Amino acid sequence: MKNWLTYTVPVALGIAVLALWEWAVAHYEVPRFVLPAPSAIAQSFVDDHAQLAAATWTTFRIVIEAFLLALVTGVALAILFAQSRIVELALYPYAVILQVTPVIAIAPLIVIWVGYEHIDNALLILAWLVAFFPILANTTLGLRSADRNLVDLFRLYGASRWQILWKLQLPGALPYLLGAMKISGGLALIGAVVAEFAAGTGTATGLGWTITEAGNRLHIETMFAALAILSVLGVAIFFLLSALEWALLHQWHESAISRRE
Amino acid sequence: MTSLVSLRGVSKTFDSGTQAIAALDLEVRVGEFLSLVGPSGCGKSTALRIIADLIVPTTGGVTWPEGKPEIGFVFQEPTLMPWRSALDNARLPLELKGIARGDAEARSKQALARVGLGEFEKAYPRELSGGMKMRVSIARAIAAQPKLLLMDEPFAALDELTRQSLNDDLLKLAREDGITVIFVTHSVYESAYLSDRVVVMTPRPGRVAADIAIAQPQNRSAAYRLTSQFTDAAGKISAALGHAMAA
Repeated sequence: MKNWLTYTVPVALGIAVLALWEWAVAHYEVPRFVLPAPSAIAQSFVDDHAQLAAATWTTFRIVIEAFLLALVTGVALAILFAQSRIVELALYPYAVILQVTPVIAIAPLIVIWVGYEHIDNALLILAWLVAFFPILANTTLGLRSADRNLVDLFRLYGASRWQILWKLQLPGALPYLLGAMKISGGLALIGAVVAEFAAGTGTATGLGWTITEAGNRLHIETMFAALAILSVLGVAIFFLLSALEWALLHQWHESAISRRE
Repeated sequence: MTSLVSLRGVSKTFDSGTQAIAALDLEVRVGEFLSLVGPSGCGKSTALRIIADLIVPTTGGVTWPEGKPEIGFVFQEPTLMPWRSALDNARLPLELKGIARGDAEARSKQALARVGLGEFEKAYPRELSGGMKMRVSIARAIAAQPKLLLMDEPFAALDELTRQSLNDDLLKLAREDGITVIFVTHSVYESAYLSDRVVVMTPRPGRVAADIAIAQPQNRSAAYRLTSQFTDAAGKISAALGHAMAA
């Protein structure tokens, strides 16, 4: 009963809001360049499907690439930090500076450096910058949180640093890393779109660009269509990463145990 | 009896300036069950870690007349890896020592069976009770076939019944395998029940206040806890502890 309601209630509400929206736009004769009716937005999906599909693929590809790059570099740097206090002391402040500087402010510089002809690379770098820090910060914390007594036990049995890292610190950091991945997945999407806005109408052809272009031409229904696709992408990324988290943790981690157990 | 390990003039001052132990002399004999009893913070745990070579003493040294044996360590907490099953937890020491997986698995299965957890090989720590987790921890320690077992208040967090049954199982395991045990505890009664010898330590910085030998019957059980032999031993330890605290 409860499970059934989890899906039907929000869907029913969504349909009701759409119907009200459709009726209100027709009844008050709202111009379509202010607020298009849901049916007009649906029509835009049909009319612009080739452009929207291409834009979705472009944005999706950049998000995935930036996310994977953030994952690899974030974990690698966290491992380096956990091995050497000096490296952490030297680099951590700069990682924080990169993180707190708004990506929209760095974007023009990165675009100039990388060049408009390689705009995809500029977008990739900007999305990576945004997605990278939560992975670095959380994984570093996770690697440092290994049980002191277990570390002693490993040392008692003559374990190497590598064995302590691989068999104790990394598995222990996994819940921290998976939590960070959920944040970074969403941030990579935001980073990619913000970067496209900042790059302006260059050779970028993702969903951010689609929204800017459609806005310039007062194709408000296309803006809504692109916006809807972005939301779906964001939700899909979140669900995929939640599923991954469940798959890796449900057997042993406290977070995955239901309270009724 | 031959000496297994001796500490001579061992002291330890931590970076924080806390002096945990001062001029500790301790001789541990092969095959004995030795308890270290003393108030909180008297450096009992520090002494165990120095013996295990996990902490370097500030002064003094540890010598092993017959060579350093295989050492097992059991902590106050079960200290298991939550992402590993009971079997994979018990297998850890053998794995770290590079023993082939098949052999290591057979030996850790046997260790789990000996602590009464043969049925729980595949269980994860979160599925086990506090007492069972401590049994896995003991299985892990004995799987590597140690000659010396260091135990740091292992049963302090358990209820009385669980503690008594673990006491009996521990005695049996130590006797069967000929393991020398150094057992740190707060409990006068636990030390009186388990030990061949009890060393009472002074408050921080810890040193030896009393060294009490206890003549123990081979087979101890619940009834033994009611004999005058047991209560006399507990009384002696308790008096020595009171004396150490007052000094």
